[in-house]
Amino acid sequence: MEQQYKQVNFNLNGKDVSCVVDIRCSLTDMLRNQFGCTSVKKGCEVGECGACTVLIDKEAFNSCIYLAVWAEGKHILTLEGLLGPNGELSDIQQAFIDEAAVQCGFCTPGFILTGYEILETGKLYTDDELRKLLSGHLCRCTGYENILKAVKKVMYQRLGKTPEEA
Amino acid sequence: MYDIKALYEAESTAHAVQLRLEHPEAQIIAGGSDVLVQVREGKRAGKALISIYMLDELRGIRIDDEGNLRIGSLTSFSHITKDPLIQQYIPALGEAVDMVGGPQIRNIGTIGGNTCNGVTSADSASTLHAYEAIIELTGANGIRRVPIKDFYLRAGQTDIRPDEIQTAILIPQDSYKDTAGYYFKYAMRNAMDIATTGCSVNCRLSPDKGTFERVRIAYGVAGPVPMRAPTAEAMAAGKPVSRETVQAFAQAVLQDINPRDSWRASRALRQHIAVELASRCLTESVHRAGGAL
Amino acid sequence: MPNVGKSVPRVDAMDKVTGRAKYTDDRCDPHALVARVVRSTIAHGYVKSVDISQAEKIPGVVRIVTCFDVPDIKFPTAGHPWSVEEAHQDVADRRLLNRHVRYVGDDVAAVVAENEVAAAQAARAIRVEYEPLPFVLDPIEAMQPGAPVLHKEYPDNVLKHTSIRQGDYQTAIQEPGLICVDKWYEVPTVQHCHIENFICYAYGEGDRIVIVSSTQIPHIVRRTVGQALGLPWGKVRIIKPYIGGGFGNKQDTLYEPLCAYLSLQVGGRQVKLDVPREDTFVSNRVRHAEKIHIISWVRPDGTYAARKLEMYSNQGAYASHGHSIVAKGMGAFPQMYPCPNIEADSYTVYTNRSVAGAMRGYGIPQAMFAFESHTEDVCRRLGLDSLAFRHKNIMPKGYVDGFSKNENYFDSFNQCMDKAVAETDYVRKHAAYAHQTGEVRRGIGIAPFWYNTAVWPISLEHSSCRMVLNQDGSIQLQVAETEIGQGADTAYAQMAADVVGLAYYTDVHVQSCQDTDVTPFGLGAYASRQTYTAGFAIRQTGLILRDKILDYASEMTRMPKYNLDLMDGEIVRTTDGRVLLKLADLATEAFYSLTHSVHITAESTYQTKSNAYSFGCCVAEVEVDIPLCKVKVTDLLNIHDCGKLINPALAEAQVHGGMSMGIGYALSEQLLFDPKTGRALNNNLLDYKLSTTMDHPHLRAMFIENYEPTSAFGTKALGEPPTCPVAPAIRNAILNATGVEVDSLPMNPHVLYRRFCQEGLIADPWTKEG
Repeated sequence: MEQQYKQVNFNLNGKDVSCVVDIRCSLTDMLRNQFGCTSVKKGCEVGECGACTVLIDKEAFNSCIYLAVWAEGKHILTLEGLLGPNGELSDIQQAFIDEAAVQCGFCTPGFILTGYEILETGKLYTDDELRKLLSGHLCRCTGYENILKAVKKVMYQRLGKTPEEA
Repeated sequence: MYDIKALYEAESTAHAVQLRLEHPEAQIIAGGSDVLVQVREGKRAGKALISIYMLDELRGIRIDDEGNLRIGSLTSFSHITKDPLIQQYIPALGEAVDMVGGPQIRNIGTIGGNTCNGVTSADSASTLHAYEAIIELTGANGIRRVPIKDFYLRAGQTDIRPDEIQTAILIPQDSYKDTAGYYFKYAMRNAMDIATTGCSVNCRLSPDKGTFERVRIAYGVAGPVPMRAPTAEAMAAGKPVSRETVQAFAQAVLQDINPRDSWRASRALRQHIAVELASRCLTESVHRAGGAL
Repeated sequence: MPNVGKSVPRVDAMDKVTGRAKYTDDRCDPHALVARVVRSTIAHGYVKSVDISQAEKIPGVVRIVTCFDVPDIKFPTAGHPWSVEEAHQDVADRRLLNRHVRYVGDDVAAVVAENEVAAAQAARAIRVEYEPLPFVLDPIEAMQPGAPVLHKEYPDNVLKHTSIRQGDYQTAIQEPGLICVDKWYEVPTVQHCHIENFICYAYGEGDRIVIVSSTQIPHIVRRTVGQALGLPWGKVRIIKPYIGGGFGNKQDTLYEPLCAYLSLQVGGRQVKLDVPREDTFVSNRVRHAEKIHIISWVRPDGTYAARKLEMYSNQGAYASHGHSIVAKGMGAFPQMYPCPNIEADSYTVYTNRSVAGAMRGYGIPQAMFAFESHTEDVCRRLGLDSLAFRHKNIMPKGYVDGFSKNENYFDSFNQCMDKAVAETDYVRKHAAYAHQTGEVRRGIGIAPFWYNTAVWPISLEHSSCRMVLNQDGSIQLQVAETEIGQGADTAYAQMAADVVGLAYYTDVHVQSCQDTDVTPFGLGAYASRQTYTAGFAIRQTGLILRDKILDYASEMTRMPKYNLDLMDGEIVRTTDGRVLLKLADLATEAFYSLTHSVHITAESTYQTKSNAYSFGCCVAEVEVDIPLCKVKVTDLLNIHDCGKLINPALAEAQVHGGMSMGIGYALSEQLLFDPKTGRALNNNLLDYKLSTTMDHPHLRAMFIENYEPTSAFGTKALGEPPTCPVAPAIRNAILNATGVEVDSLPMNPHVLYRRFCQEGLIADPWTKEG
């Protein structure tokens, strides 16, 4: 039968974009293959590992189980969109480097994006709350320890607090 | 890329109903966290899909004219948890759906999808049973309401007619008023898991907090579909609020439940856990209702 | 300024936090053809026929090959160095596709299509007719007469049996007054679960085949692809980009040969073989499940008179790394607690299950669970203090292993245990937790572990290194001991900067994407050997480069070489400390001099003929909710003596990851096989219980830095060791909390429910009093 295509208009990393997609594509497929967003990783393709996480209208989603056509009208943020206008790293990316939270790097983009979503709430969370907020990502290298440390560090930085004050 | 034969995107509830009639072979897709996984597995590969995901009219929570708490079927789990009405009237439901999968799944997963797929382990289902929720379905002839216990026909099968889509879930005022509840998800890990057994309990205490006026309990994975434990409920009603009542109530659930042996867990473990959860959930419900044990 | 020993950021961190790091799939043409493997649906039997007629009609299908089409060549897959001695070569027991299928998931046919949907549809449309045979899933059953035979060359299914004999066990057990502790322990099949699945793609170039692969061992894969396809090895080129974890699974040749074959079948067009997660679990490699039997004859004073060990290792359907794994575990037995009279036997047995290969720890996590659970059980039986028992009996300082010549240069075991005990308040807590009642109880447990670095003298150990000076005085560094996430490239940069005399490790550009056409020959990333083995080659090559630089400096400055030094990127006259020249200026001159132009480079191979012990221990504290049959780890501390730390922050991070894998091994992970069909039951990340952020305590890692005397930089193994002691430490903590010996992993609610019922901690729900 004839393949079905559809034009999708959305905002990607701050820019309005549009493209024609095969309706069978996941958002992962579209972002990787049509927009070159290599930060969107495929680890399970069923929403269990979190490697393909992107923010859609400021909430984290597994792009592997999200149809590309649903991007219509949405604001989508991938890791590529966190860089400043001159390629500067965001605070959370820098914290991942400084806290040795990166090993093989395959889960890293997803974790950073969820970390960014958490930090954008401007709230102070306990360790247990942070663990829960980050629990949609699997990592086999880090034991999550330094990832938590990195997110926590920026959380305190942004709130102008130290862990002791909290 | 998914093996999808065709995708029909509904633009309104009425359009969705029309698409259902035009494409009887097509599968409804809401958030897709179950349907797309099944497409990939091959189980639903090559099927046409009717997407209702873009129907914002099916999102949101409000109190309707009858005093029901009305949850639009496409409301995501995370939005249910964050909703002030849920937090005020039925926090146990907000907590239950906050245990589904992980944060990303809770952003895409919808309460409508969670109930329509007819799965016994769904984290929302036991709490909805324990609060005697009503399923609202919209079809060619208008709206039909079905009590949730009748909505589940058998494992994986719910009472949705060929022209219908589920549009809302209603929690009757009598269910949530003056009632406190608690959901315990028993799973093999603390996130990204399905329930080995899920237990949701709520109770209404007498004004002096000395007597159980009403106790309701429902389980996931204690049988092929989510189920209540009527013997236990009847046993507790009218009894004093005491540890003895809680223990007797917990033990009585064994009269009602019928978990099976599978590689995921043995019947014996599930029975043991069901009793333990009944006790812990009722205890917590009593505390939340202002009672003491 | 030294770079070694500093917690500098990773050299690849920027690539990885921006998403621009290119992994295999990121380099593949999105329009590449897609391959999909059709897998056996039976556990054992013969393929009678494969009907591809319906599949061929599916639009987009380009080519289908079946087990009847492929060349009749058997090849080995283990990521071991090749041996020029036939007796030491790995077992060659598989073909590209198999007519005799030996497990559910075996490779029967492959589809090449224009896209993944067409490939999946075709794979589903292929009809395979089988002649089923009886199958066997358990190694001990597989050894019994009459059991189904997997490989006719091994009629009893025993791939290999090796033994250790010391003293005279039979005589020693006659000693009067001995107490016998006789127990079985069991560990399950688990999987690596690197977040990037195995993926490769292949294409023809000239008369050669190029394979870009997510592998730990590019040079080894080059050889095995050559062997599998019957090609001269030089006709194969392997490129290894960033990889999303390996943990030993990718220390094996996986689907590179098949992918290359498929590409050649379609005229060298680019073909991608991206293994789905479900197949990664079943049809890559797993960690060997083992059944372990230990009999200890102990004197009442707490010394061993004689010990016996039997290990049965479940190999699954093909040899892969085979017997090496259980043999390594067995090798630790007589060393860890030396005893004069020992009988040890290990068997690696073919069964109709997923193929077991290398996985972080290489036989030691299995062995440590049994050995250190047993230590605790022995002490419990004798009423001895298990910590004192360990201090008294564990391998002493100065111990030398007769085979490997490894020497325990420091009192590492006792130092590590002392530190762990002090850090956790172990002694007080262990006593306080010993006699609790109530539903929720706490416990603390300890387990030391034995490990050794690299593989000498079992097989070849060497590393080759190339250093190339750039115009700006920076250098390129190439070694084939690959970066797989562990941080090797950063450690190499730190080492090289110091050896050559550069100011910063960032002056060393490590070529992370390896290419067998470019990277000097080396064996890859495994056996926790990278810093140790590559360290020798880096030091040796760095000294050569430095020497050449000083020759040129002597020429430029007209000073004798013996009065010159290269420090922090500057040529210094040692007699007065004056800086004569910047390396950058020297380099530019060397490149472009009209009188003496030379590209200063160095390359050398170092063959390692030593090995180093790398010991440590773990202390776990737990809270056991008995009615819920659940264990919560509340504190976890690993102490390692891995020699000098090259990069303390990365070392600590690596330990966290290993501890995490240990938590999963202890409490939740297990790949289950249906006894009725042999099919894997939980081969996905939902049903296979990898631990999440919410299943971990705060992880603590600490070090004892005894400078390893055999090592080029004082360093030794750290990659695998952190995983080894965690499960027995948690197990011993549960024992401390509940008094229940749990002798199988994972200690999940299913197991704890059974054990707590057996021990009377839980009553059957029907008999509970209302």
